[in-house]
Amino acid sequence: MSPLQPLEMTVNGIVVRLECAPTEMLADVLRERLGLTGTKIGCSEAECGACTVLIDGLPILSCTYPALRAQGRSVVTIEGLAENGRLHPLQAAFAQHGAVQCGFCIPGQIMTSAALLAGDPDPSPEALRAALKDTLCRCAGYPTIERSVQAAARALRTGQPVEGPEVKTWSGGRVIGSTQPRPDAVPKVTGTAIFTDDLVFAHMLHGRALRAGVPHAVLRRLDVSRARRLPGVAAVLTADDIPGENRHGLVVRDWPVLVGVGEKVRTVGDAVAIVAAERRDIAAQALALIEAEYDPLPVVSDPVQARLPDAPPVHAQGNLLKHIKVRKGDVDQGLSQAELVLDHTFHTPMTEHAFLEPECSLARPLADGRLEVYVGSQIPYADREQIAASLGVPQEQVRVIGMLIGGGFGGKEDITGQIHAALLARATGRPVKVLYDRHESLLVHPKRHATQIRVTLGARRDGTLVAAQTELYGDTGAYASLGDKVMTRATTHSAGPYIVPHVRADCYAMYTNNPPAGAFRGFGVTQSCFAIESVMDELAAELGLDPIDIRRRNALRIGAETNTGQRLTESVGLLECIDRLEAELRRRCDGDPFRARTVAEAPTLRRAWGVAVAYKNTGLGGGAPDKAGAEVELYDDGHLEVRTASAEIGQGLVTVLQLIAAEEMGVPADGVSVLLSDTDLTPDGGPTTASRQTFVAGNAVLHAARALRQAAAATVAEHMDCPPDEVRFVEGLAQVADRRVPLGTVAGWMRAEGRKPSTSYEYWAPETQPLGSGGDMHFAFAFAAQAAEIEVDLATGEVRVLQVIAATDLGRALNPLGLQGQVEGGVIMGIGNALTEEFIVDKGVVFTDRLARYRMPSIVQTPEITSLIVEHPVSSGPYGAKGVGEIVSIPTSPAITNAIFNACGVRIRRLPVDQDALAMELGARGAA
Amino acid sequence: MTYWRTYVTPRTLDDALAALRRSSGEARVVAGGTDLLLDLQQGRHAPVDTLVDVTRLPELAEVRIEAQTLFLGAAVTHASLAADDRLERHARALREACALIGGPQVRNVATLGGNVAHALPAADATIALLALGAQAEMATVDAGRQTVPLASLFAGPGQTTFDRARTILVGFYLPLRRSHQGSAFRRVMRPQGVAIAILNLAVWVELDEQACIADARVAAGPSAPTPQRLQSAERAMIGQPSSSVDYAAVSEAMRSESRLRSSAHRATADYRRHLLGVLLERTLPAALDDARRPPEDGA
Repeated sequence: MSPLQPLEMTVNGIVVRLECAPTEMLADVLRERLGLTGTKIGCSEAECGACTVLIDGLPILSCTYPALRAQGRSVVTIEGLAENGRLHPLQAAFAQHGAVQCGFCIPGQIMTSAALLAGDPDPSPEALRAALKDTLCRCAGYPTIERSVQAAARALRTGQPVEGPEVKTWSGGRVIGSTQPRPDAVPKVTGTAIFTDDLVFAHMLHGRALRAGVPHAVLRRLDVSRARRLPGVAAVLTADDIPGENRHGLVVRDWPVLVGVGEKVRTVGDAVAIVAAERRDIAAQALALIEAEYDPLPVVSDPVQARLPDAPPVHAQGNLLKHIKVRKGDVDQGLSQAELVLDHTFHTPMTEHAFLEPECSLARPLADGRLEVYVGSQIPYADREQIAASLGVPQEQVRVIGMLIGGGFGGKEDITGQIHAALLARATGRPVKVLYDRHESLLVHPKRHATQIRVTLGARRDGTLVAAQTELYGDTGAYASLGDKVMTRATTHSAGPYIVPHVRADCYAMYTNNPPAGAFRGFGVTQSCFAIESVMDELAAELGLDPIDIRRRNALRIGAETNTGQRLTESVGLLECIDRLEAELRRRCDGDPFRARTVAEAPTLRRAWGVAVAYKNTGLGGGAPDKAGAEVELYDDGHLEVRTASAEIGQGLVTVLQLIAAEEMGVPADGVSVLLSDTDLTPDGGPTTASRQTFVAGNAVLHAARALRQAAAATVAEHMDCPPDEVRFVEGLAQVADRRVPLGTVAGWMRAEGRKPSTSYEYWAPETQPLGSGGDMHFAFAFAAQAAEIEVDLATGEVRVLQVIAATDLGRALNPLGLQGQVEGGVIMGIGNALTEEFIVDKGVVFTDRLARYRMPSIVQTPEITSLIVEHPVSSGPYGAKGVGEIVSIPTSPAITNAIFNACGVRIRRLPVDQDALAMELGARGAA
Repeated sequence: MTYWRTYVTPRTLDDALAALRRSSGEARVVAGGTDLLLDLQQGRHAPVDTLVDVTRLPELAEVRIEAQTLFLGAAVTHASLAADDRLERHARALREACALIGGPQVRNVATLGGNVAHALPAADATIALLALGAQAEMATVDAGRQTVPLASLFAGPGQTTFDRARTILVGFYLPLRRSHQGSAFRRVMRPQGVAIAILNLAVWVELDEQACIADARVAAGPSAPTPQRLQSAERAMIGQPSSSVDYAAVSEAMRSESRLRSSAHRATADYRRHLLGVLLERTLPAALDDARRPPEDGA
């Protein structure tokens, strides 16, 4: 071990003296030695900006700043910003303006902004963006971040309090639909919010996994003896040490916890051994001492190859995970009757969630033999089930305590480190933290499915669609994950939100030796929407029709039948989305928005708009039981607690549930606290996926709250000798005529009567039918229409997005501030999907194994985003609400690529847009 | 992992050289470390014994004008350089390059010396320095100081001609800008993947009284295994009237001299060849604009 060296620096005004290892980075010293966990580590690669602190006033990345270099310097972290217990205007502004979603990037955003405002108290929009260029936000709240910084700047200049946001509120509720900062905003802006890696327990060990690094092989030999002997190593486990099941998986249990000798490695991220050691660096050294030898097997590297008859089998049963079919009418007849048939094939790549918080699981054995697992998981109860299965214990022996999640987007639904941590904790009897670094995160967690999608679309000359045939290949990688569901969704949505009499869709979800693919916001529809919406534009162009008119003509509406045979009877706002989009577009543009325009003083630039529409299911659908449980409890001090295991990933569920309970019980929103994601304390809410939680958990809370109100009303009625329906709940009081009693008192009355002042409700969403049965596959759909204005440089192929208009039908806007963050963030994620993101794997070997190689959008790529909210309520939704988390990110990519065609005549059939290929194509056409 | 065993922060250049000499294994000079530390931590660079931090050496932190030269200390950060009026006045191409490297946080620690020592063929600041005619001063253990043309420092991609375990870059000398001289830097990036330029270009020109190009220096990256000037392009420019440059001829000269390659997952050689012409049409006019500014104008 290197000799320690002394360090003296000032941190948040306090002189600190320690001894540091020469390799310690400032972020580690702040977090682990000084307990200042507000500074987050997102990548350890100087890429994401999450770790930004101020050193002598300059914003600097602490993850790659050797601690010893801070000698004699003054460091300020997020914890040092508030003065005398009062929030700094930046902190107040971020909280009030809805810039806080998952919260993980927020300390870095605030510190970078603080440095900006110290030097430039009235920054221009350009200066603001330049300053925040490399401080990334994956929830992509960039517009709200900009507004927050400007509001804080104004407050600092004028000495006035921060002005809150102007957010339109909708609907007719009392608190529902009002602008409400999220209940966890203050901890997130002050750095006191605890994510899993911020937890430290006495005697805690650090766990790491040895990954195979080969895409397809048999593990021939494994020798962990040298690793076991390394001082500081408490345990090394292999497949032989797993007491229960050695496989996990959300649908199919095909994913090994640890690959054993003689067994197959199917992807580079497969784990063959796990280590627990006193320090992270000792664990890493131990991994290097493990000897593993592999007999390589031929690699299956793409789904089309995987389906060939002579393809090497990834799994014993073959490479087909599922063949998904949609049949409606007679496609061959339809195509022969069509007056125009287009046939094109599209490719979309694997993409990476790139949530800013790397995965972390912490398992802690308890004296009574139970095990606690702390983890930021999108599905706490599924984690519990899979952990217990691998430990070989009943589920009640495991408690999963869901922590704040620094972004999920679908990438934290599967098991990552939970079982490894649990096994190591059980083996050592000590708490074990398994923290992925970004490199491991990139290799291991499931990605967005790469697809090849062929669309054959037949229409009449007037633009009416007659037949749609789609053939999809999805690369589900080495393990099933949620691949079956994702590709089903891609397929059922592959003819677009249109009335099409004849449909045939075939999808082959194939195993390969690439990293597994699973849930990722959009869930397959991101991919198939790109394909169908591109062809719709081509159809419009061929027929000389307006791209909006052709969509309007064919749009799903009340009374229409979907391609899976579901007749839509309510809540179809697509036409209104299209109409309002068109109105806004015409308002902004003189003349035809879809015609290319030149730019003064810049002869190589062209601008144009493009449009696309989409729909996306709310809820699991397809016959899957879709339910959530919730409890609501009234306390003696009058405050209410909502409890459910539904996970909050930044989307604002916690605020929605708070608002619903407050609405029903007649209390102010901050009279309600929300406890999420603890399998001991909160009922199962099901997965945070499928844009479902507002609907199912929201309904569970709504019904539980109503039941509580009824029980409370009955108690009050008895005490006040009146009919229960004369009892009103207003501002935290129960009121009968002019008699008022605080709700806390009512709680006491209830308890005195032997009635618990709490209720629980298990809400079951309306039943759905499996694909192919002809019944209703989904109980609700969200709809969207988006338009994007892009600018392309004909000389270089560079593309940028200038404006996006997003019209979204989500049933009912319950939480407008959170909704704004979801719309803006979803659009920006769509921009990434179209222009900047590609997870590259070469014959099973991951090329994109560093965050430096994966580009998510930065604030400088944020267009002007206009959000038009359309409300076509669904009667089964809480106050009519449907889901919105995914729909907002889906039509953006084709809107952009359609705009590119309109601007320069090149049709994009492959994502992300390749500026090189685009420039060469334009050059070949003599465009520049 | 022990990527380095000891980290020292000397206060004088002599102490720094002594630390390099004293190192019981491989040593390296570090300033911002935004390349070197990541290379060490991610296994692209073998572990070293000693890191010698040069960020506190006063001589390396200076920007000063003396005689007819502008001296830029090797440990001056890109952020400082991008904000320095003296660079705007005398070395606009370098100021433009430094303002583009990385992002604000990285520019607060990353340095000119680090950019040069990393020796990548498309290093933005290095390409600008080359076109500006920079000389590099270095101090070597047991060998004193020398000042050499910048181009002589590079041996191959990521390889220097000097021993990075025994040599400290002290700083760079640029001639002050005189009237009718100007420079500019432009680059094209790719929105996906690593944030390194697909192609960058730095141009320095001097005009004569007839507003013809009397002298020129052109550097582009990556146009060869090391940062290179494109001298046939320079010759093609010289003598041309600045108001009607034959871009096609100069582009052709650049293309024939440069050895552009395709980089997997980044850019094709064809695209880079195409971009050479596009960048020339954007960079040269900017350099000519700079040349038309009076030399006292720092704005």
